[in-house]
Amino acid sequence: MSIDLSQFHQVFFEESFEGLDAMESELLNLSPDSVDAETVNTIFRAAHSIKGGAGTFGFVQISEFTHDVETLLDEIRSGQRALTQTHVDLFLQTVDCLRAMMTSLNDGDQPDMTRAGELKQQLKAILAGQQPVVSSASGADDGAASNGSGGGAGVDEAEQDESASPRGWKIRFVPALDILQTGNEPFRMFRELQGLTETPIEVLVNQSALPEFSALEPEQCYLSWTIRVYGEVAEADLRAVFEWVEDDCQIDYIPLGQESESDQEGDAVVATELQAAADSTDETANKAADEVANATAVEDTVVTDTAKAEPTVDACSVVAEVAAPTAASANSSANNSAAAKAKPSRGGDNSSIRVSIDKVDSLINMVGELVITQSMLGQLGQDFDLSRLARLQEGLAQLEQNTRELQESVMKIRMMPISFAFSRFPRLVRDLGTQLGKKVNLVMLGENTELDKTVMEKIGDPLVHLVRNSLDHGLETTEKRKAAGKPESGTITLNAFHQGGNIVIEVKDDGAGLNEDKILAKAKQRGLVPAEASLTSEEIHQLIFLPGFSTADQVSDISGRGVGMDVVRRNINELNGTIEVKSQRGTGSTFVIRLPLTLAILDGQLVKVCNQTYIFPLVSIVESIQLQKQKLNNISGSQPVMKLRDEYIPILRLDRVFNLRRAGDDFDDPMLVVVEGDNEKIGIVVDDLLGQQQVVIKSLEQNYQKVAGVSGATILGDGTVALIIDISGIGKKLEARTSTSGPDKAA
Amino acid sequence: MASILAVDDSASMRQMVAFTLKGAGFDVKEAADGVAALAEAKRRKYDLVLSDVNMPNMNGIELVKELRQLPDYKFVPVLMLTTESAGDVKMQGKQAGATGWIVKPFNPEQLLSTIKRVLG
Repeated sequence: MSIDLSQFHQVFFEESFEGLDAMESELLNLSPDSVDAETVNTIFRAAHSIKGGAGTFGFVQISEFTHDVETLLDEIRSGQRALTQTHVDLFLQTVDCLRAMMTSLNDGDQPDMTRAGELKQQLKAILAGQQPVVSSASGADDGAASNGSGGGAGVDEAEQDESASPRGWKIRFVPALDILQTGNEPFRMFRELQGLTETPIEVLVNQSALPEFSALEPEQCYLSWTIRVYGEVAEADLRAVFEWVEDDCQIDYIPLGQESESDQEGDAVVATELQAAADSTDETANKAADEVANATAVEDTVVTDTAKAEPTVDACSVVAEVAAPTAASANSSANNSAAAKAKPSRGGDNSSIRVSIDKVDSLINMVGELVITQSMLGQLGQDFDLSRLARLQEGLAQLEQNTRELQESVMKIRMMPISFAFSRFPRLVRDLGTQLGKKVNLVMLGENTELDKTVMEKIGDPLVHLVRNSLDHGLETTEKRKAAGKPESGTITLNAFHQGGNIVIEVKDDGAGLNEDKILAKAKQRGLVPAEASLTSEEIHQLIFLPGFSTADQVSDISGRGVGMDVVRRNINELNGTIEVKSQRGTGSTFVIRLPLTLAILDGQLVKVCNQTYIFPLVSIVESIQLQKQKLNNISGSQPVMKLRDEYIPILRLDRVFNLRRAGDDFDDPMLVVVEGDNEKIGIVVDDLLGQQQVVIKSLEQNYQKVAGVSGATILGDGTVALIIDISGIGKKLEARTSTSGPDKAA
Repeated sequence: MASILAVDDSASMRQMVAFTLKGAGFDVKEAADGVAALAEAKRRKYDLVLSDVNMPNMNGIELVKELRQLPDYKFVPVLMLTTESAGDVKMQGKQAGATGWIVKPFNPEQLLSTIKRVLG
């Protein structure tokens, strides 16, 4: 039977990446001054698992490289070697290196071994430097294991060489008294010995050690045996049979024909058949009887085994077919490897989610309920009359509840704790801090807050940018901090929590805070605000999100990568989220990101325009007000604006944007929905406000093409399609309109 | 067919072991650590236990010790999956009451032949 191990590769890679993440985070927790045994143990275990898996699944490069890491870790773990900062740094580098190797292997490429070679040399140097008790046996044993000799149980090759007696062997086997209590049965060994040769073996039992019945402990083995194995059998094969017990049993292997006189005598004690021998102890007897019964059934088993063989082959070919496209995609990704190298992506297209069994079970449970409801409704529908209306309504209510619960559970499957996004920061902060010469504490809170997987993937880069920014620009240098009477090491806090259907992520530093004068000056210099404008602190803070704004005196490679806060904000807006900053001079800044829990479902406000329904994201609506028809007429013009309290807001008529034809006259009783996108308020004129509901977003891009001002579509309860308005997109439409100032005149 | 409890914290190893053994017709149950394995062993008697050594919560050595305390598991074969080339882990396992060991890395064929040796 041959099994295609490649089907386990995906799981192996996933768990190895997780293992590497765990190693990294534990390494960061490790300080040479106070070594926590459990931390070292966890790191060791992760390395150990990776090595074991890599060896099993055929990634020799990984297992060989990990071997030295493991050895060093083991020495530290067992206290043979003291941990130093050099070790920690080296381990962190090996984690990076392993990650890169695994990524290559996962993409179907051969890993680049130069880095691994360098690190291996460093490891070897450390290992050789101060000679601890590195067991020489370990090396020898490894050789045997990787040569794969002898059924998974390492057999010394040396012994194999001096093997082979042409005639057979006599084996004296005196087991330990408690041999049965380790699950080792002499009977198994006899059976195995018989398996080595065609000629029947002879088993003679020695009962001389049996105590009086009253003193007999049924769980002990008082018997010993002399076994004669006939035929050409290598000594190594015999030893393999007894491998697990050779340390605590007395076993002599004597080639037939070389027995001494005393050996002959020893046999003479009592000789019985194998079955009789087994009778002596209760436990062995029961088992032996079973074995005999099993033995008669052996032929049957063989038959069923071959019968089973065919479906197994089928299953394998199915697996192979499934694997084929994966291989194809691996090839194509290999072609793109140049691009891929720039940003090492994990998993790629065939990314998967690990879901806890509980979540799946509750889903299955709910589907079960749904099926019951469905069959109930089906039955009702078959011969329905009005007398059963109440039952129908009841059934429909149940269906609604089932659907809602199902929806919630399915959403939960996509939810992952935000620690997945946070996990990269300890390392990032440590490395950056070292690079900048700043002492930094990273505090992470609310790591178990759950977030949609897609949102999580997309929020990663903006978060990295914010943290880099806080470290680079936010936190002062150690000297400045001292001068300001602050603690030497700065603190960056990442905090995540749920708030009213949103997830809030805060990136907070206790640095210098935003320099308002500098920001305002820069904004004026760039023409982002009029030179004479006077702004409140909050307004000034928001300026940093404007495109083309950067106050860094000198572009560093840390946060000045040409990506400004405007890009961060755009990325977050694309997720239907918002970002704001709170800052106080001298005490620090806090960036607050608000994100929807998921991208698949939107809380929407349904509005009616002519005979069409549109949906506004509820989060973007500031207020909705009744609009007098006259006012509407007054505001027509090339640049329609309306004074709302103290503000002038631009007005957009949705019927004109989408060129809708109106059955009757102009708006009867118009409503103005004031929305905010990109920090700009817009008033949108609609006919009527309908209900608020959660809508499932269907992509227009995937099914049709990108439409400016529309972020997607959804299907309403009555089957009609409603477009979801992209607020910032529609704002741009407005700009385009007002600049050409044409079509609005038609009113 | 004989029932086997396969214990390993590595999902890929566990899946490989389970797939191999199921393919050979064994009735296989998986457990991710010693604690889960012990609970499962108490629920039902298995004909053989196959366990990794290095695991969180309860490692393989502790698992064997605990298993041997259970009347049902006094004589049940328990095999350790070990990468430790050094002998001391094997000896620790033996002292705890393990039947034998299989050295990682092993291929499915080696695994099956060893299991068949024990179960016959």
